[in-house]
Amino acid sequence: MPGDVKVVERPRAESSYVRAAAKGMSITMRHLLSPNKKTQQYPDEKWELAPRTRGTHRMAVHEDGRAKCVACGLCPTVCPVNCIKLVPAEDENGERYAAIYEIDEFRCIFCGYCQEVCPVEAIHLGVHYENAEYSRERWVYDLERLVEQEHPVTALWDPQDPASQ
Amino acid sequence: MSPVTGGAFALATVGKVVLFFSVLMLAVMFATIFERKVCGFMQDRSGPNRVGPWGLLQVIADGLKNLLKEETMPEQAIRPFFLLAPVLAILPATILFAVIPFASPLPTQWGLVEMIVADVPIGFLYVLAIGSIGVYGVAMGGWASGSKYSLLGGLRGSAQMVSYEVALALSLVPLILLTGDVRAPEIVSMQQTFTAGPATYATWFVFPLLVGLFFFFVSGLAETNRLPFDMPEAEAELITGYHTEYSAMKFSMFMIGEFAHVITVAALVTVFFLGGWDIPFWQGDNIRVLSDGTVIGEPTWWKTLLTLGAFGVKTSLLVLVFVWIRWTLPRFRYDQLMDLGWKFMLEAVTVYILVIAFVILGIEAVGIPAGGWYAFVLFLVNLALAGVLFFAMDRGTLIRGGAKGAKSAGGEAAGQGG
Repeated sequence: MPGDVKVVERPRAESSYVRAAAKGMSITMRHLLSPNKKTQQYPDEKWELAPRTRGTHRMAVHEDGRAKCVACGLCPTVCPVNCIKLVPAEDENGERYAAIYEIDEFRCIFCGYCQEVCPVEAIHLGVHYENAEYSRERWVYDLERLVEQEHPVTALWDPQDPASQ
Repeated sequence: MSPVTGGAFALATVGKVVLFFSVLMLAVMFATIFERKVCGFMQDRSGPNRVGPWGLLQVIADGLKNLLKEETMPEQAIRPFFLLAPVLAILPATILFAVIPFASPLPTQWGLVEMIVADVPIGFLYVLAIGSIGVYGVAMGGWASGSKYSLLGGLRGSAQMVSYEVALALSLVPLILLTGDVRAPEIVSMQQTFTAGPATYATWFVFPLLVGLFFFFVSGLAETNRLPFDMPEAEAELITGYHTEYSAMKFSMFMIGEFAHVITVAALVTVFFLGGWDIPFWQGDNIRVLSDGTVIGEPTWWKTLLTLGAFGVKTSLLVLVFVWIRWTLPRFRYDQLMDLGWKFMLEAVTVYILVIAFVILGIEAVGIPAGGWYAFVLFLVNLALAGVLFFAMDRGTLIRGGAKGAKSAGGEAAGQGG
């Protein structure tokens, strides 16, 4: 033994290979026979998502189907990753609306600031995550597509615990 | 009814070869899915279950994938040997099956067909000889790839296989002492009960040779490169060892070879220690063909099927044990592996041969004839030996750090506390 290496003698029960191996074998056999499998058959059965899950965006609409957005410009301002593109316009009644409203879901970090900052509760994050696409362009959601989304919107706070305690 | 001869014999042999090879390949296919299923269950997963019922067709999907993938040929590889290595990996494991009797003889109108591809007189010596060829596949694959990881893996693999070959061969010596014959069908008959003909032991050799089974099984694990002895494939250290550079079907052939080897070792343990195709607690299936062609017992076709089933069940259970061990025990460190092989297994097996030889001498001196009581006395001796063995192994001296082991190297084999 080189130098002053301290050799700690462990008790037999701890250092025995045979006992440890036997114990391991019994554990694996127990798991083999146990009917309680943890695998979730994903595409068939899905997670129940929490109400505050932040996922794909969704635009709220008026009863007549127009987007609620008033193109105030707060969400592109607050967005930390600049993933929202907004070009405002005004209609004949002098009401502002978004001529172009695009969210790049690839860039988005799903922080939820846009939903928090929106004065008219138009843009929301949603409880939804399966948005794979075949091309990158498809990841930029335009206004029409944001309006089309049907999943539930993210709750900003837990209704059972509004003060987050 | 006498055994078949002439043209019928040749035809029967060709039939058996074709049938048996396809059955073995099918068994290998399902061994892979079996392993994945069992491993999944042991980890509380469900294993592959998407392709076909219970994922049973997954093997076909995997096979197709492997056939369609690109075959890479490394620039620095030595071409002829690189191509030869997978063949050498798969060949010994499959032709080993030729000497394994897998069911009771089948009566046909041309005579009795023994359910063994080649009943060679050298029996399991053939097994040991062909078994050692397996090391060429590993060593050659590692060397011909021209990659340092492959080379290291191949070196480790060949060193390990050569080391454990010794213990593997020696652990069968007590079997020869007991049977006095190396033909596999004869070894199966020796484990059955007969009212006529030469004396047999009337019990599976797992009882009179319990410790021998342990040595054979451990060496078999090392021979097949399965955990806890899967040094050649230690991913963390060697990428994947000797088949790092292989891809597609050539890689697949190494895997097929490994699984075929597992099934072969399981079948060998069945034949040597678990009564082969013998069905326990039933004497009706005891059929023996003596070397002069006399047949003892009444062979029928349904007995052949039943015994084939018994052989399959025993072999599958042993494959399950292989898989069970693989998904439980972690890999040994390389020096521990070599220590276990050379400093423990070799000595212990040698001592075991001596003890069994002396006990057999003693039994014959006392005058107990070969039979149940003979086996019982040996069983008691083996129980005592197993007790000593496990007491020694439990002292924590067998598998431990190199420095400590080196200091008390002499004491290890004798099982003294370190």
